[in-house]
Amino acid sequence: MTDYLITGAQLPEGSITDLLLADGRIAATGADAADMAGARAGAQVHRIDAHGLVALPGLVDLHTHLREPGREDAETVASGTRAAAVGGYTCVHAMANTTPVADTAGVVEQVWRLGEDAGWAQVRPVGAVTVGLAGEQLAELGAMASSAARVRVFSDDGLCVHDPVLMRRALEYVKAFDGVVAQHAQEPRLTAGALMHEGIVSAELGLTGWPAVAEEAIIARDVLLAEHVGSRVHICHLSTAGSVDIVRWAKARGIQVTAEVTPHHLMLTDEAIRGYDPQFKVNPPLRTAEDVQAVRDGLEDGTIDIVATDHAPHPSEDKDCEFAAAAMGMTGLETALSVVTEAMVADDSRDFGWQDLARTMSATPARIGRVTGQGRPLAAGEPAHLTLVDPSARWTVDPAGLRTASENTPFAARELPARVMATFYRGVATVLDGQPQDGSTR
Amino acid sequence: MRHLLSAADLSREEAITILDTAATMAATQSRAIKKLPALRGLTVVNLFFEDSTRTRISFEAAAKRLSADVINFAAKGSSVSKGESLKDTAQTLQAMGADAVVIRHSASGAPHRLATSGWIDAPVVNAGDGMHQHPTQALLDAFTMRRHLMPEAGTGAGLDGKRVVIVGDVLHSRVARSNVDLLHTLGAEVTLVAPPTLLPIGASTWPCRISYDLDTTIAEQAPDAIMMLRVQRERMSSAGGGFFPSAAEYSRRYGLDAARFEALPGHALIMHPGPMNRGLEISARAADSDRSTIVEQVGNGVAVRMAVLYLVLAGNEGTPS
Ligand SMILES: [Zn+2]
Repeated sequence: MTDYLITGAQLPEGSITDLLLADGRIAATGADAADMAGARAGAQVHRIDAHGLVALPGLVDLHTHLREPGREDAETVASGTRAAAVGGYTCVHAMANTTPVADTAGVVEQVWRLGEDAGWAQVRPVGAVTVGLAGEQLAELGAMASSAARVRVFSDDGLCVHDPVLMRRALEYVKAFDGVVAQHAQEPRLTAGALMHEGIVSAELGLTGWPAVAEEAIIARDVLLAEHVGSRVHICHLSTAGSVDIVRWAKARGIQVTAEVTPHHLMLTDEAIRGYDPQFKVNPPLRTAEDVQAVRDGLEDGTIDIVATDHAPHPSEDKDCEFAAAAMGMTGLETALSVVTEAMVADDSRDFGWQDLARTMSATPARIGRVTGQGRPLAAGEPAHLTLVDPSARWTVDPAGLRTASENTPFAARELPARVMATFYRGVATVLDGQPQDGSTR
Repeated sequence: MRHLLSAADLSREEAITILDTAATMAATQSRAIKKLPALRGLTVVNLFFEDSTRTRISFEAAAKRLSADVINFAAKGSSVSKGESLKDTAQTLQAMGADAVVIRHSASGAPHRLATSGWIDAPVVNAGDGMHQHPTQALLDAFTMRRHLMPEAGTGAGLDGKRVVIVGDVLHSRVARSNVDLLHTLGAEVTLVAPPTLLPIGASTWPCRISYDLDTTIAEQAPDAIMMLRVQRERMSSAGGGFFPSAAEYSRRYGLDAARFEALPGHALIMHPGPMNRGLEISARAADSDRSTIVEQVGNGVAVRMAVLYLVLAGNEGTPS
């Protein structure tokens, strides 16, 4: 196995150091790194000059759609985790809305095993809350938790656990194995037929609206349920100013709530839909400029705990059609770091640096998902999951050049800052010089 | 004019050009030989994903009176949820040599996608898309208003200062949206009247007044024209959205009954895009009065659509003689 000696990298808090990766761990840092590299007899040392690069703990996504089993034409576990590696991720949580649904120990173990075999990143399956995502009966949450996949995050994502009694039961039940319910907050009756955010633009375009209150009402209900039963709840892809206010209130009250925002909700508004381009069709929908400011503020002040991609690949035929018929969702694994850099780090008026990015895109998502060994500080003895980023790079998004199996990105032809140059997973380089390391080179 | 997708896209100058061209077309329709040679050799496709015999026949008549060949392509029974591919259909039409496509679709924005996605080269005319736009309906309404309310003005005139009241289900109405845009562009003052449940969130930003009270609006506005929109009874039920409590209550509060008809100024036009629910949104007395333009609107629709097809297909060569 190759050792890697990374020299001159900037750690998230700003100091410059060398790092030696050996035997799947960060074997040494600082002056010790070169010494130990020289002392390791027989080891082949690959030197990487990382001057000008930032070293981040490997990114952890709490919300990824890998589509396998069932829609391998859109994405497979292998293609999705390969894209994740290119985006700087070393761990992804695979959402349960596959075909079949990941609602049994058998399916989550299958997904976990596919991730282990592919070797691009750790795959943590998310278990469905209810059988078949039907919202009627709890799935075997305990069996999934005690399976080889060791599921800790449960979600009917794509659909809301709408029945308040069932949501209460799920929140209570997962306490037995320190699980968390990740809610896709969408009141179904208030959003029947909805195609975009309900507001000025939807009225003009004649597209049925998805009102902010349909998200906010569920979040308000669920934080109160979590308080009542003393459980933790996680809010998926929070998108409105009102949702930020509710989570802020709940945290001040001591409720165990965590929340995520997607890169696209940090960047894009419903104005993007004026051309009826289905690449901007997503659930929850793109909101207003005021909402974008509110979620940025919420991420900066810690009300929103993490950034999660909601990476949702779709084949081109599901997007190259009229807006109403198009599938909802965007890919995000390969653009997330750049979009967050643009929206948060590059904004000098904000107090949001690489340390905050490491916290919101690696450490905290790992903690919420109860993933051991991921999201750890870059220190001697820690597992060697890390990402080297060139903060000064700029690149133009070319959908055909992305590694995900689908091309549905809202950032096509857009220039973004910061580029992932290398990713290491379990001490192995999955990406070098920005290129995924296929096959025998790994 | 490359396409006609939305009344909101039309400048005042473009809108007036269409109305003036329609006036010329209408004049030819009183001749013994109604047919003009302007579009001879060209093929217009009526691509209807949604049933509307009235609109289709109107476009068909317009194209034929300009000597174009017409292909009616009814994607009947199809729905967006079944994945009927607009793209595939468009490319079939392209291969068949369509020179212009008139499209009716239940999905808002479908004409926009057809025109801008590179699937087809031909000009696209929107014949009604979802809850979005129905620009030729707005144009024929404006044409009708101009003819009656400004008979002396002749070509080049807008509808400056005219007061128009539009009543009913604005939320689901592409006709209301198109009319607000076009009438505002032409200088008219528009008031929308509806229960709050049937007005979109965001309508407050439109270039018009909004009222929940029809009697007050008639009294204060003294409208030059009142347009009653069709209200679907099924929207009362919970499954239909529960937009209003009962047909009787709707009719009492928003119907153009005899008393409201009497309260209108003597010259006010009574308009309706059809088909009507007599006794619900409009009384027979109002619908059948001599101030009703409802039947005339249908005839004017042909002239307006002739003008639109002419302008998108041959418009660079000036108006026809
Ligand atoms: Zn979701």
